Amino acid sequence: MRGGIVSYGAYVPLWRLKRDTIASIWGRRSLSGERSVANHDEDTVTMAVEAVFDCLSGVDRNNIDGLYFASTTGPFQEKQCSALVAAASDLRSDIITCDYGNSLRSGTAALRGALDAVNSDSARTVMVVVSDCRLAYPCSDYEQSFGDAAAALLISGIEGAAINVEASYSISNEMYDVWRLNKDTYVQSWENRFIIEHGYIENMRKAILSLMTKQSLSAKDISKVILYAPTVRAQRELARSLGFDLENQVQDLLFSNLGICGCAHALLMLVAALEKAKAGDRLLLASYGDGADAFLFQVTDEVSKIRDNRRGVRGFLASKKSLPNYERYLSHRGLLETQPGEPLHLFPSASTSWRERNSYIRLHGSKCKNCGLITFPVQRVCYGCHAKDNYEEVRLSDKKGRIFTFSIDNLAGRSDEPAVPQAVIESELGNTRMYNMLTDCDINEIRIGMPVEMTFRRIYEGAGMHNYFWKCRPVR
Amino acid sequence: MESIKDKVAIIGMGCSKFGERWDAGLDDLAIEATYEAFEDAGVGPADIQACWLGTVTAPATGIGAATAADSLKLHSIPITRVENWCASGHEALRNACFAVACGMYDVALALGVEKLKDTGFPGLGAGRSMSPVLEARRTSPGSFALYATRYFYTYGLSLEEGKKTIGKIAVKNHYNGSLSPKAHFHNRITLEQVLNAPIIAWPLGLFDCCGNSDGAAAAIIVPASQAKKFRDDPIYIKGLGLAFDSLLPHTRPQFDFLTWDCLINSARQAYEQAGIKKPRDEIDVAIVHDCFTITELIIYENFGFSYQGKAKEDIDTGFFELSGELPVNTDGGLKCFGHPIGASGLRMTYEVYKQMQGKAQLPERQLKEVKLGLSHTFGGPPNVSAVAILGGDVG
Repeated sequence: MRGGIVSYGAYVPLWRLKRDTIASIWGRRSLSGERSVANHDEDTVTMAVEAVFDCLSGVDRNNIDGLYFASTTGPFQEKQCSALVAAASDLRSDIITCDYGNSLRSGTAALRGALDAVNSDSARTVMVVVSDCRLAYPCSDYEQSFGDAAAALLISGIEGAAINVEASYSISNEMYDVWRLNKDTYVQSWENRFIIEHGYIENMRKAILSLMTKQSLSAKDISKVILYAPTVRAQRELARSLGFDLENQVQDLLFSNLGICGCAHALLMLVAALEKAKAGDRLLLASYGDGADAFLFQVTDEVSKIRDNRRGVRGFLASKKSLPNYERYLSHRGLLETQPGEPLHLFPSASTSWRERNSYIRLHGSKCKNCGLITFPVQRVCYGCHAKDNYEEVRLSDKKGRIFTFSIDNLAGRSDEPAVPQAVIESELGNTRMYNMLTDCDINEIRIGMPVEMTFRRIYEGAGMHNYFWKCRPVR
Repeated sequence: MESIKDKVAIIGMGCSKFGERWDAGLDDLAIEATYEAFEDAGVGPADIQACWLGTVTAPATGIGAATAADSLKLHSIPITRVENWCASGHEALRNACFAVACGMYDVALALGVEKLKDTGFPGLGAGRSMSPVLEARRTSPGSFALYATRYFYTYGLSLEEGKKTIGKIAVKNHYNGSLSPKAHFHNRITLEQVLNAPIIAWPLGLFDCCGNSDGAAAAIIVPASQAKKFRDDPIYIKGLGLAFDSLLPHTRPQFDFLTWDCLINSARQAYEQAGIKKPRDEIDVAIVHDCFTITELIIYENFGFSYQGKAKEDIDTGFFELSGELPVNTDGGLKCFGHPIGASGLRMTYEVYKQMQGKAQLPERQLKEVKLGLSHTFGGPPNVSAVAILGGDVG
């Protein structure tokens, strides 16, 4: 195979919930550690945009020919998430976009699809982004074990990848082990011993052993084995049965400080492994869900060049705030019905949003070709010199800024989060002024001059649509 | 460009009781204000040749100018509804004045009316923009709080100093409102109450914000040359200014959040027409747009009542109090009348008109020798400002 990984990125929401907090609410055993929880204005699309931006550090967007999005919890039943993620990420529009879903294995299915695309020359470079935000029944083990996160890999067919893909192997398997009907909110599952033994262990072993046999490799030839698993125990049992050294060869499951992040999890573990990998390492990745996918990677010298300028799993895990209680988790995940706040005067309009898509989704401002003034949103007549239709669009989404002034509005919010911080910010690009809600912050920390960065969020619901726009947050 | 100075006069005004008028709809409020104006001017509905109606929200009956036509049965004459955010009342006045000044009509009615208390929620609403996403969840207190934050920061006022400075404006206006029979609120408050009140939009607390009320006010305009036929003490229009800043101030390049082009230019236009050189010394009373206490402070500076950055000194010395050198919001302002949007500009003008005629109802609040007075509204996100200057004599 020619295709390889040329960049990687990740995203973990700021908020964590201690498993002890969940356990104490229900009076049951804590699985210890903490899990990530997406904010109420986040979903799998917004988290995917974050991971793509992390992955785009040092990358020229214009060379990207496709974006594949994978999730079991995308915000739309009909409407493409990948097209929205690609637009928010300000990719070209003459690209392939495709959504993968329905299976915990959809993340590695998207990876395989991208490899096939670059190897068959239907694209030079494809962004694979995986994102999940699964809901578990109250009081279930899954409520403690699940987490919310996203990961992105940039796949290229051009020589010189940081990680080459040597081989892969897939098997398909029909069974009810974990599932969600199209009307279900929460993940269902069958009895744990059955699904681990006949689902997880059996299929993962088959895929991994077949791949190693095909490549004439034994366990000692692998530097790190990256095994997705629903629990730490299942991962250890599988690794042991395959002859891997549990101490040195098995990539950490990220259970204690993140939780199991659905179809995004295998690639999050891969990103975590790449953050520590050395040139020459051979990595084996395996993911599970309605069968299993196994991949063999070879790390090259290039890996060190993409390490420093991104946050990745390590950086985002280190940047965190704790949710104070279980109720806040319910509110973040939309499980408590809230009074929506004062009626909004203007509901989403498909045609308005379409006309203004470059400002609203791509966060473009206009730079006057006559006087150089940058304004947001895009202005046809220059505010500075009245030049008409003489501008180029500039991207503000990847620029940091500083708070110029702010307020914390107690009238504007929903009943479970009544205080809405709003800020006028000055972008580092031309001191362009923008007016945005602040998110992921402690309202007592907000100051004039505070550095902020842009973050794509779902701002409110209305007219039967999810309505997305950019907020800002303290730099993570 | 000509000046409007001394071309037209107000010969009658009316103002409804402001407040939570559960008993009154738009029509009732319009009738209450207009019939007072009819009586004051000694005219009747048959004398009105044209009408301008300022109203903003008017959800139920606000189709075109129907409110004025149907409530007052002003049929078969031109009626125009005007809307320019919080300046809508002044817009009705301006347009009526211009129509009379050009000789088209001899008697015109300017009417402002707003019914806010039929919506079921206490504020002016959130997400008040023309876009589904820009300014989402922006409210009026949230917008004006941005200016307070920046003002305190720029002039090095601690939160406590800043809150005290603007808090004194609330105390002053509530005192004035306590003497003002038509005001919504008549309660006097202390600075301590202001500082301890719940936060509405940080750093603004409850008493930094104006109320939400229903109300209406009306003026009858005639050519200056005919004014004395109607009454001995008509009040003359000396200047009318209006300025609009393009773009939301929040995203205006390089905007300092302290000096507002629309405030400065609307005042400059009106001062030039009226021949005012030193507003701080020449103006005897000003009823300005205190939607929030910080707004009144910014207006002091932008209108030349105080030097830039020095309003605190004038506030501390009582310069703008009822007994001060330039009394501001002698009727209690928006703080005590609330802000039924389309009505406010004419309600403010009503106070100037009554003070000039020596008819400020209670002697405790009647100013002496009011020769030049100013009324003012400031609206939008904000980006529109209207100023009217009135005088008791020609010349």
